[in-house]
Amino acid sequence: MKRVIKKHPLAIRWFHWINFPVIAVMIWSGMLIYWANDIYRLGWGNKTVLKFFPDSFYKALHIPFRLAEGMSLHFVFMWIFAVNGFIYVLYLLFSGEWRLIFPNKKSLKDSFQVVLHDLHLRKSVPDQKKYNAAQRIAYTGVIVMGLGSLLTGLSIYKPIQFHGLAALLGGYEWARAEHFILTILFTLFFVVHIVQVILAGWNNFRSMVTGLDVLPVKEIIFQPTGINNESESKQFGNPVINITEPFIPKDETYPDNAILQITSGDVTGVKDESSIESKNVNPQGPNIS
Amino acid sequence: MDYKEEILVSEKKLRNKTIISFTVFILLLAAAVFAWQKLHEQPKVADVPKPLRTVLNANENFFSNFLSNNHLAKSFPVSQAVKNVRVNGNVGMEADFDPSTWKLQVIRKPGDTLFVTLDEIKALPKTDIVFDFKCIEGWSQVTHWGGVKFSDFAAKYNLNAQTQMKYAGLVTPNKKYYVGIDMPSMMHPQTILCYEMNGKPLPMNQGYPLRLIIPVKYGIKHLKRIGTISFSNERPPDYWYNQGYDYYSGL
Repeated sequence: MKRVIKKHPLAIRWFHWINFPVIAVMIWSGMLIYWANDIYRLGWGNKTVLKFFPDSFYKALHIPFRLAEGMSLHFVFMWIFAVNGFIYVLYLLFSGEWRLIFPNKKSLKDSFQVVLHDLHLRKSVPDQKKYNAAQRIAYTGVIVMGLGSLLTGLSIYKPIQFHGLAALLGGYEWARAEHFILTILFTLFFVVHIVQVILAGWNNFRSMVTGLDVLPVKEIIFQPTGINNESESKQFGNPVINITEPFIPKDETYPDNAILQITSGDVTGVKDESSIESKNVNPQGPNIS
Repeated sequence: MDYKEEILVSEKKLRNKTIISFTVFILLLAAAVFAWQKLHEQPKVADVPKPLRTVLNANENFFSNFLSNNHLAKSFPVSQAVKNVRVNGNVGMEADFDPSTWKLQVIRKPGDTLFVTLDEIKALPKTDIVFDFKCIEGWSQVTHWGGVKFSDFAAKYNLNAQTQMKYAGLVTPNKKYYVGIDMPSMMHPQTILCYEMNGKPLPMNQGYPLRLIIPVKYGIKHLKRIGTISFSNERPPDYWYNQGYDYYSGL
């Protein structure tokens, strides 16, 4: 038996995996569009640290002269992005999942500790539910970014019909710059997200597909009942038994047969000295650890 | 929200569920890749795969609802207009043009063409506009233009029946550049038949003697050097539409 938590509801898995290719298409087609007037750079005065984007980058990805193609993709997939995001937010609100994702009072403070922990500068992490404080801020932030992309996008798509929105965002040219900056932030989010998913490991990734988070097996040190004095302990070593099945404390929640199933095997063998010998006795002598 | 609720699942059940979930996941992933490839193999309508073109046309239906004669492009003081106005296209501007013989041709219906001289156009009430001209490439420039509102021109020349139709088509004298424009945008109060830039006659490379200025559209629709104007209920041919751009291109 495995202990599992139903981590990600099916709806959230759908929203997530629809969003992934759709955002990829939006960023790709956005680059095809941006190329036609690629004016943004990092730098000051005449000094440019990083041009968005270097010619070699365009060339490698075959971006030049594809403005029309970019627009035709962008203004189709925008609907999927908007509708998927809109239903996702509605789902969060009505299912109550928002309580697990939106930051709470402690999130800002806790998120620093999470970051310190992830950078190996701190050992313990604050208590968390489904997501840690940094995840709450990141996953809520990315919703806000998505809304920002829709609004800045709409105001450069139809700047006259939505002139009030464009004015609110600082005018047409500013809205275009904001739309670009949000895209850069999306790609940074994506990079960090991928690194964290890789570091978190298979079980975490699997939970985004199956929905189930499989909890780790608890390891206990078992003192076999057949050995009850120090000399015997020295003679036979101090067996450490890894219980490979989940350990379940005996209480009325689970039927007795569940316990029996788990405690069978190695544990019964302990009473049999030959079995201990074959498994645990160090031929070089007693092993007291 | 009670998140930390553990349940016990047998290994077999967990393994089956994992296999099913991943099978569905990989199939959907493959379907997405397949759909992406199929999309690009679809027959093209004006250089855009048909499904995409269908949505772009639907976008026009949706967003044209927001087009209103009350939604005006923002006006700027004349002092903010740039002196060096960008020239970004020369199709239709070839040297084969003879200004001395030019007259605007308005095709009221096939076989019934109205000829209007530049002086007759200049005699109509003049409208100046300083607005942020937006190119489909992504740049914009505050520029100053003068001319007659198309709606004033249509009223003066009794084009009521024609402006009831869905589209206007504009073509350069050498027929190399052409645009189609929906009538609500053509009749928008900021749409002008333009003969002045920065208070002076249009330069040759800006479409002398008469060009279209239509702030509710991207620059690709601001046809330079109008030869003929015609009217129809079908979309007139459009130079950039044929090369994969949106027909509406409205702002």
